[in-house]
Amino acid sequence: MTAIELGLPGLGGLAGVPTTDEPQKAKDYKSDQEVRWCPGCGDYVVLNAVQSFLPSLGLKRENIVFVSGIGCSSRFPYYMNTYGMHSIHGRATAIATGLATAREDLSVWVVTGDGDALSIGGNHLIHTLRRNVNLKILLFNNRIYGLTKGQYSPTSETGKVTKSTPMGSLDHPFNPVSLALGAEATFVGRALDSDRKGLTEVLRQAAEHRGTALVEIYQNCPIFNDGAFDVLKEPGEAEQRLVPLEHGKPIRFGAGGEFGVVRAGFGTLEVARVADVGEDALVVHDAHTDDPSYAFALSRLSAQDLSHTVTGVFRSVSRPTYDDSARAQVTQARETRKADLQSLLRGRDTWTVVGD
Amino acid sequence: MSTGLDGDVAGSTRGAGITKLDRVVIRFAGDSGDGMQLTGDRFTSEAAAFGNDLSTMPNFPAEIRAPQGTIPGVSSFQVHFADYDILTPGDRPDVLVAMNPAALKANIADLPAGGTLIVNTDEFVKRNLTKVGYDANPLEDESLAAYQVHQVAMATITQGALAETGLGKKDAERCKNMFALGLLSWMYHRPTEGTEQFLREKFAKKPDIAEANVLAFRAGYYYGETTESFATTYQVAPAKLSPGTYRQITGNTALAYGIVAASQQSGLPVLLGTYPITPASDILHELSKHKQFGITTFQAEDEIAGICAALGASYGGALGVTSTSGPGVALKSEAIGLGVMTELPLLVIDVQRGGPSTGLPTKTEQADLLQAMFGRNGESPVPIVAPQSPADCFAAAVEATHIALKYRTPVMLLSDGAIANGSEPWLVPEVGDLADLGVEFATEPNAPDGSGEFWPYLRDPETLARAWAVPGTAGLQHRIGGLEKADGTGNISYDPNNHDRMTRIRQAKVDGIEVPDLLVDDPSGKARVLVLGWGSSYGPIGAACRRVRKQGHAIAQAHLRNLNPFPKNLGEVLRSYDKVVVPEMNLGQLALLLRGKYLVDVISHTKVAGLPFMAEELQDVLTGVVKGIDA
Ligand code: SF4
Repeated sequence: MTAIELGLPGLGGLAGVPTTDEPQKAKDYKSDQEVRWCPGCGDYVVLNAVQSFLPSLGLKRENIVFVSGIGCSSRFPYYMNTYGMHSIHGRATAIATGLATAREDLSVWVVTGDGDALSIGGNHLIHTLRRNVNLKILLFNNRIYGLTKGQYSPTSETGKVTKSTPMGSLDHPFNPVSLALGAEATFVGRALDSDRKGLTEVLRQAAEHRGTALVEIYQNCPIFNDGAFDVLKEPGEAEQRLVPLEHGKPIRFGAGGEFGVVRAGFGTLEVARVADVGEDALVVHDAHTDDPSYAFALSRLSAQDLSHTVTGVFRSVSRPTYDDSARAQVTQARETRKADLQSLLRGRDTWTVVGD
Repeated sequence: MSTGLDGDVAGSTRGAGITKLDRVVIRFAGDSGDGMQLTGDRFTSEAAAFGNDLSTMPNFPAEIRAPQGTIPGVSSFQVHFADYDILTPGDRPDVLVAMNPAALKANIADLPAGGTLIVNTDEFVKRNLTKVGYDANPLEDESLAAYQVHQVAMATITQGALAETGLGKKDAERCKNMFALGLLSWMYHRPTEGTEQFLREKFAKKPDIAEANVLAFRAGYYYGETTESFATTYQVAPAKLSPGTYRQITGNTALAYGIVAASQQSGLPVLLGTYPITPASDILHELSKHKQFGITTFQAEDEIAGICAALGASYGGALGVTSTSGPGVALKSEAIGLGVMTELPLLVIDVQRGGPSTGLPTKTEQADLLQAMFGRNGESPVPIVAPQSPADCFAAAVEATHIALKYRTPVMLLSDGAIANGSEPWLVPEVGDLADLGVEFATEPNAPDGSGEFWPYLRDPETLARAWAVPGTAGLQHRIGGLEKADGTGNISYDPNNHDRMTRIRQAKVDGIEVPDLLVDDPSGKARVLVLGWGSSYGPIGAACRRVRKQGHAIAQAHLRNLNPFPKNLGEVLRSYDKVVVPEMNLGQLALLLRGKYLVDVISHTKVAGLPFMAEELQDVLTGVVKGIDA
């Protein structure tokens, strides 16, 4: 029995997926289909980032599968020259779960949006995370419904005026990172569509994680929610707000590193001026800590007003994956019991009728 | 000896204290906590081991433990066994075993006058009687005068027999169902070793409980032998079934085995994605025991995830299966549509139960036919296969899988509660005789334009099945999904003509599925009336036909196993009879389809009572139609 079959933690997310020595380029991952997002859509940037990043994994292209649900971002698989399925609304994680369980030799990616993953597909998302199926979920969060032309989504800020909420939306939004952590996720990361470097780094770590990796990507929808994340991109503003994480490093940000994250009461974290608290008081980021409350506290550093937005890998811990464990049970059953169909059909108690 | 007929009064011959019968129907009835299902099951196994033909019908409440001693809490198990081939669990019991007043009250109306009634008197105390609305104890007045009543203090005697074991009173009392089984086993000359062995294995971890049950079982047996209250015992000889090796099997088990066999015969591993639901959960339980055959069972977070995981596995080249009941099919509809659009094999099992909504979870019905046929958005044809009896579920599962794999399509398999939990002898097939279900995956580019591309929607001209390339196949990378596909290339297409063409192709593919011609059974060759059924009503319809024929009338019987597409000769068959009667446990769903497709004004006979048809009621209906024609 291999380590994979035993569902042992500590294996890379790509163990079992065949690799190739042939050099790959980003364009190898471009399909012949014309990309049809609106001009300026953040999805283009993410698509380019993924296509540029995948060659670095050195996997056989035919062993990569993109599965999506419904929504603008869910057209993603059509543009990838890999295997792919554009499925039904909210169900991509469930379909990918079946696929990943049936095939350990595939690198399975789910592309979904805030409506697809958190509204109609919320149930599948949380159960996929708790099962820790070996698949990578790219959650494109534009805080709006794009494909249906601009209704508020489960991540829209309260009071959002949209076509369906002329007097402002009433719902309190989800924080996808907090939700994932509450759902027992083993890997949670966040990146900005415009930050190629940061996004690529999170994708790299996600790919190498064995288990479900949820990556929230803040994505601009110039048509229905333009500028939703502009404050995180404007020079002068961005540095004050973005809190990048690096494992093993003190959490520090600001144009001149003048801010940092320190522990506060009841296991929470808060932002402080380094000048006030001193460097030694800064929290050293540990993505591997078992207790999810630390990562949760990071996800709650500010309300969802983007005043402090943490990016990078919040949490990355090892736990046996559902699909590895399911395969291990099949292997174990094969080793201990004979697969004899005839004797199964006969069972224990038979009787024989003889002809006259 | 008379030729037996299901539901007839049994033929008998009498000897020295032993009466020979050709068939008997026994119903064990008690509180849900009394272990009646186990008792009935064991008696059935004894009948099977003895070589009788048999058919069973469990009937239990939806609540796990309804309030004790109440009518809603009554659980029963009916077993019909005979020395010839029988078709149903029997309309009415010849023998009713009532473990408490509630069981008596709930079942006595079904016992014909002169029938045998065995009651556990210990439970007939004022409190229990009042609970079910008996003002006076029926055992003490004349209300049961029409029956042969045997009053046995089962709990007291069982406790006495176990006095030495040191078992607590309560535990000892709980063994009274085995006492009842022992008594009935003696009355009907049943073999006992199997039950004793079964009890020792079942309670292997609690040897004292095992021994107590064996002792109670023996106490019942000896009670019959030594007391004089039972003057006669009965023998039902082994049945002369077709030669071969038989076992007893329930519909759900046979279905699960069919899936294992289909997996072996196709060489594809199975992924069952499912969510627990009555009465389908036993398929999950059974399959989860057979992982050595390469079977993975995934208990999903909901019905939708169950089918989606199955479809995902199918996309990966496995055999995706999902099992559910009507409410679950409602939730799975969109994913079935995705299966239709992506043209992937998928087996969808619907073990029908009473509806709509939650309906009658533990009762049977055949009212999901139109749901299976049409219950999706758009033109979304899905083949439908329906087994006709518990043992037939095996072949039906293999056939449904065969269609799914050969034509790359979701297939609905419509079982129902009566078949799922009912059991009968099964002529165990030889594995060597099973069909080869092997599939060929695409391995090469296939584009007819010589571009060296792979076109996932290029079809086999015969079957119209599309090329199936699984991930991991080099050079055949492609994308599929729920959006309309361009014919051939499979690229997204919004072209009006293409959509029209693809809609017609999908329909033509299902319409063109090869299904065997409908066979008509008309021994006289003179019938002018045809009775046409589908699914689990096969037994009662067949039994009713035997009776009609025995009365000297000619009647033809045919049974549909393929409901989509229908057999090619169906129209011709329908038109060759003066009248066609279609009995269904719904409000006429098959009748609607037949009228719509063949313009034949069939006579729809319907019943939606949560219970199978009785042979007797169908006999009356059929006789009425036959006589109407003759007149
Ligand atoms: S609607 Fe918004 S999210 Fe959708 S494609 Fe256009 S810009 Fe992108």
